[in-house]
Amino acid sequence: MFAMENYHRATDLNDAVRALAAHPEARVLAGGTDVLIRLREGDGAFAHLVDINGLDELRQIDMDTSGTIRIGALATCTRIIEHEIIRSHLPVIAASLATIGGPQIRNIATMGGNICNGAVSADSACALLILDTELVIQGPAGERTVPILGFHTGPGRTILRRDEILKYFLFRPGQYRGIGAAYCKYAMRSAMDIATIGCGAALRMEGDIITSLKLAFTVAAPTPVRCPRTEEAAAGRRLDEETLALLAGIVEDDVQPRTSWRAERDFRMHIIRTLVQRVTREAANQQGGN
Amino acid sequence: MSVGTAVIRKDARAKVTGKARYTDDQSMAGMLVARYVRSPVAHGLVREIDTSAALALPGVEAVFTYEHVPTTLFATAGHPYSLDPDHRDVADRLLLTGHVRYQGDEVAIVVARDELTAKRAAALVRVEYDELPVCTTPEAALAHGAPAIHEGGNILERTELTFGPPVAEAMEAADLQLDGHYNTPVVLHCHLENHTAFAYMDDNDHIVIVSSTQIPHICRRIVGQALDMEWSRIRVIKPHIGGGFGNKQDVVLEPMVAFLTLQLGGVPVRITLDREECLVATRTRHSQQVTVRAGLKRDGTITGIEMDITSNTGAYASHGHSIPMAAGSKFRHLYPRTAIRFTATTHYANIPAAGAMRAYGSPQLFFGLECLLDDAARSLGVDPVELRLHNVARAGEITTPDGGTRYAVAIARCLEQGRDAIGWQRKKKELQNQDGPVRRGLGVAAFSYGSGTYPACVEIAGCRLVLNQDGSVHMQIGATEIGQGSDTALAQMAARTLGIDYDRIHVVSQQDTDVTPFDTGAYASRQTYVAAPAVHEAAERLRQKILAACSGLTGTPARELELAEGRIIRAGEPAEEIMSLGELALSEYYHKERGGQLVAEVSAKTVTNAPSFGCTFVDLAVDIELCQVTIHKIINVHDAGRIIHPLSAAGQVHGGMAMAIGMALFEELLIDPAGGRICNGNLLDYKVPTCTDIPELDCAFVEEPDPTSPYGNKSLGEPPIISPAPAIRNGILDATGVAINELPMTPKLLFREFRKAGLLPG
Ligand SMILES: Cc1cc2nc3c(=O)[nH]c(=O)nc-3n(C[C@H](O)[C@H](O)[C@H](O)COP(=O)(O)OP(=O)(O)OC[C@H]3O[C@@H](n4cnc5c(N)ncnc54)[C@H](O)[C@@H]3O)c2cc1C
Repeated sequence: MFAMENYHRATDLNDAVRALAAHPEARVLAGGTDVLIRLREGDGAFAHLVDINGLDELRQIDMDTSGTIRIGALATCTRIIEHEIIRSHLPVIAASLATIGGPQIRNIATMGGNICNGAVSADSACALLILDTELVIQGPAGERTVPILGFHTGPGRTILRRDEILKYFLFRPGQYRGIGAAYCKYAMRSAMDIATIGCGAALRMEGDIITSLKLAFTVAAPTPVRCPRTEEAAAGRRLDEETLALLAGIVEDDVQPRTSWRAERDFRMHIIRTLVQRVTREAANQQGGN
Repeated sequence: MSVGTAVIRKDARAKVTGKARYTDDQSMAGMLVARYVRSPVAHGLVREIDTSAALALPGVEAVFTYEHVPTTLFATAGHPYSLDPDHRDVADRLLLTGHVRYQGDEVAIVVARDELTAKRAAALVRVEYDELPVCTTPEAALAHGAPAIHEGGNILERTELTFGPPVAEAMEAADLQLDGHYNTPVVLHCHLENHTAFAYMDDNDHIVIVSSTQIPHICRRIVGQALDMEWSRIRVIKPHIGGGFGNKQDVVLEPMVAFLTLQLGGVPVRITLDREECLVATRTRHSQQVTVRAGLKRDGTITGIEMDITSNTGAYASHGHSIPMAAGSKFRHLYPRTAIRFTATTHYANIPAAGAMRAYGSPQLFFGLECLLDDAARSLGVDPVELRLHNVARAGEITTPDGGTRYAVAIARCLEQGRDAIGWQRKKKELQNQDGPVRRGLGVAAFSYGSGTYPACVEIAGCRLVLNQDGSVHMQIGATEIGQGSDTALAQMAARTLGIDYDRIHVVSQQDTDVTPFDTGAYASRQTYVAAPAVHEAAERLRQKILAACSGLTGTPARELELAEGRIIRAGEPAEEIMSLGELALSEYYHKERGGQLVAEVSAKTVTNAPSFGCTFVDLAVDIELCQVTIHKIINVHDAGRIIHPLSAAGQVHGGMAMAIGMALFEELLIDPAGGRICNGNLLDYKVPTCTDIPELDCAFVEEPDPTSPYGNKSLGEPPIISPAPAIRNGILDATGVAINELPMTPKLLFREFRKAGLLPG
């Protein structure tokens, strides 16, 4: 039993946006795997819901002729993981989503919810960041497209306004073609857990020289982050132990993990340094697949 | 023959088809639900309590506070009543309290028409506290001037046990003396079915309680004591139950639902704890500090062991001091030629109350002992398996209290079999001189346990067998099926002794203290061992009655008759059927002048306690950089006597090993020592392992029938959880050279220890 106060099942996108605009306390309900947990805990901020599960247009997964891949915000993790387009072109997205919860959760949880929830531990965040994903957002005044970098503004906070809905994720061919990418979720359990640290890397190589590295972390700062200093240092270097050790040193300037009862800062930093090296290597191993 | 084969469990079909009815599957018209109002502070006195807002909420029927409950203190531990007043459990509980002793303590309770209303109303009860200083650790609780959590102070009890020759001399005779200090955390049971119970009255004098309990008959007595009612006026019914692991060997909700129905004129009232309440507001495993000192000869002979345990029982005594004492009396059987001095202190603290949990103190004790022995083996340069083989109990060495019977002892064979299964000698050679970030290691640990609680407590069991009209037999047993498979094992035994098919035995699984033969319940791994004599004797008597009845009908002397596969035959001549059991039964029931219902009922006490043994072998890898342990192979080998049901036995072992791996590598209830706040009282943050975290689990049995059981069986329910944690710790030591003396060995702890040891940069 949930202490729900208001429930509106939206008939289309405009109806959903209108309902959100009309009720300032209303929240979007997608898969509900974050929302219903909060409601069960008695969080009144989630008692007024606009259910968008009727909006089938937001479940789309497709690729246009230019090679841009679109994933609807309402597509469930399982559908994305199993989709042919994703398997062949965005394996790191599938790999990241496969670390979320367990099968039951992935069958209902959406990637839109994972990102809009704003959690600093969101398992799709690293992959979206290293692919420079774009987000298409619908509001009362129309649509806007923003980069994922900058979407998160703090723990549990994003740039989304109360009456906006995330529609699609866009992946441009220039971002995903010719890279090797990997994600590692470091957690205390191998399923049903939140990340202690999440690390994603996308690598472009020429021979054994790194032409570009994109590196992202979750739970390493107040929001999921990219690592500009480390990325810059990597460009043009040979991929070897020495480079990896160097990157492990630099990454400390790109992150600010904190101490909580869940883990000490020292420990998180050690894992971050270790993952920079292991995930970059793993990304190199994934080269040439797509 | 049914004993020793994997017959289909009595409850299997009902459970997998969803037909088995648990406590929460039962509903009654007009049933109300109740919810506790819990303290947010870990130690304090209620200054003011205001229930008016809760009472004003539509749908709320009543609110009771600590001011409304009986003032008789009662004990909750699921032990049999003791005739010796000095041996009774500590009575330190009231139904509700104005002196809260842990975060989550119960100050009031709301009764409402539905759960949501009850939850809302509970939040509306306004309580103000005068906070008291909080002590969560032994250091704080035992400090001079520590705030008294209960009248009489924070020490529950201190005791000393000695076995064998004087320890001081034994230590002197040693070539090496070594000591170690080990810490184990608060661990939670995490059974699938949360605590749940309801109660109602169907006349003016009796209260009926339906509860998910391991101990229906004990529960009846404790509710009677708590409410100051005659025990016979309480009736406890136990339907199917979704696990307990000791957390339901305690009386938790039953006195309260009984009190509520009594107050509300007999209306049915239910309390079902939600998962978070069940994790912190029921019982836990005692966190212990174990200090071990051992003396050894150069050849590995252990001359003496001194052990001191400090056991944190939390806010209320519950099983309290019985936990270290039970473990302390059971471990000596493993190394019986060693002088032992054992001391234990149990104390209160402002953390959730600890009670019984699978293996009842032994996992903590053996973590200390078996870690220290590996450290000693390293110091002496002796192989850790050899060291144990050298010291463990030998056949014939342990006897019944009267000295008349020698228990079966096969621990040495367990160690040898485990050593071969893991490939110990070969791998030990391969794994020498490793470096690099990922290293392999092998670990071993052994244990001993009991098969009941005698002589600490009475061991009593009952069995009633009734021959039905169709020639099948109904079996009523006091033994409590809690998922461990006792219904099946006991039916196998009855079938074997009677001489009828297992499928012809119908077990009445639901227990009802008004009709079920007396037995104190499922705990101490006792159930199959102590019920076996009652079942055996009842089956033997019914068999004789059947043969006598047949003799009366046919004129053939009973001694020339035999019951085999449900037919009465001429002894030794299976082809010659005299009559079927069904024919005999019909005649006995319905002949107008002769016969009667054939029934045999036995209540039997067990005055032996067979030691059971076993060990764990593990092959693991440690990723030093990532501070992670991966188990490649793990095997438990048990000396549990004759195995009654091989598949059920393997299931018990797998389950126990999985729980042990949780304790070894994952699980720990974290409580902030400053204010007593519980940090991780939910299943997201309390890291009980998932199926993906548990490796392939192997087990084997060395079957040496024990002469004290009519079927040769010894305990197996709890033992599988005892030795995996120290074996894993010893494997990590083997791989890395780092001795971790604390559980759980999480990445965070390994990080700290590897840094200290210089394996990771400081
Ligand atoms: C048992 C369990 C395990 C979990 N494990 C993980 C894990 O391992 N890793 C992980 O990252 N997460 C985990 N989660 C969290 C959760 O499942 C994910 O974040 C999931 O992706 C959320 O998706 P949803 O569709 O269920 O979102 P919902 O709960 O429906 O919504 C989440 C938030 O996003 C908003 N929202 C949703 N969709 C939109 C939209 N299209 N536009 C605007 N706002 C929107 C909602 O208003 C809400 O604030 C777990 C949750 C549970 C219950």
